[in-house]
Amino acid sequence: MPHDHHDHLSPSGHPYRPDGDRPLTYWQQMEIAIRELLIEKGVTTAAEINAQINAMDARSPANGAAVVARAWTDPAFRADLLADASAASRAMGYDIGPMRLIAVENTADVHNVIVCTLCSCYPRNLLGLPPDWYKSRAYRSRTVKEPRNVLAEFGVTLPDRTTVRVHDSTADMRYIVIPARPGGTDGWSAGDLAPLVTRDSMIGTGLAKRPAV
Amino acid sequence: MGGTAAGPVPADQHDFALWEKRVDALMVITSGKGYFTVDGLRRVLEDMPPASFEQMSYYERWIASVNQNLVEAGVYTTAELANRMTAVAARGTTYGEAASD
Repeated sequence: MPHDHHDHLSPSGHPYRPDGDRPLTYWQQMEIAIRELLIEKGVTTAAEINAQINAMDARSPANGAAVVARAWTDPAFRADLLADASAASRAMGYDIGPMRLIAVENTADVHNVIVCTLCSCYPRNLLGLPPDWYKSRAYRSRTVKEPRNVLAEFGVTLPDRTTVRVHDSTADMRYIVIPARPGGTDGWSAGDLAPLVTRDSMIGTGLAKRPAV
Repeated sequence: MGGTAAGPVPADQHDFALWEKRVDALMVITSGKGYFTVDGLRRVLEDMPPASFEQMSYYERWIASVNQNLVEAGVYTTAELANRMTAVAARGTTYGEAASD
């Protein structure tokens, strides 16, 4: 057997991934204790907690991409979205919660990027949970101070004439970026366009993908 | 935080562990039922010293804040929490789920 000496490889030839199991930490014990107390006191139920986790897991940037793609193809919806993104997103069937959602549109002259300097406020109802870098000190502190340098680290280099607008989110007010529609997509349907809308393009740290040539 | 000197934006990403999702769910559920507000969550986080942001993970800070807010709301007492955490610890160092699950 040629692979007998590769004890760290699985039968498929890939390295085993450690389980990452560790003894419970103090904070994990606290979570268990709080969860049990809340259930015993009738504040919530195990089923409600599971349903909330499932709802959260079901949210992904595909939701936001569907909203953006519709805005690209439906001028009336685009106007509604820019006027009241919460209401327009709800009208598409997305649960936005009580927060105010504001859509900001990238154009040939303006590039928008969102950050939460306080913590991690993010349009999670349309994009899912934020990526770790969005919550990092580096992103939060530097985006408001040197946005062009941060964008360059993400591979987005903008001409000097482009205005960069940084939007600092709060708990009650979240932003989503409507990226510029890529060229070469005239006549495309919303369904065709949605796959071009990446998560990062809706944060502003990326651009929408260009159509494959 | 805004404007504080910092290095490159880290590219690392981790899969959320179940316990982290549970913390998130407990926050959404209890604040949604009016036991506290997102502002209450933020207040406790902002009262934390800078070291907490170096030494605790994101959802560790969150569960600490959720706990503080629930105690302040009178949902349970610190004594109840301490007793339950002792009981949880006594079950062992792995997730020995209670009957409530």
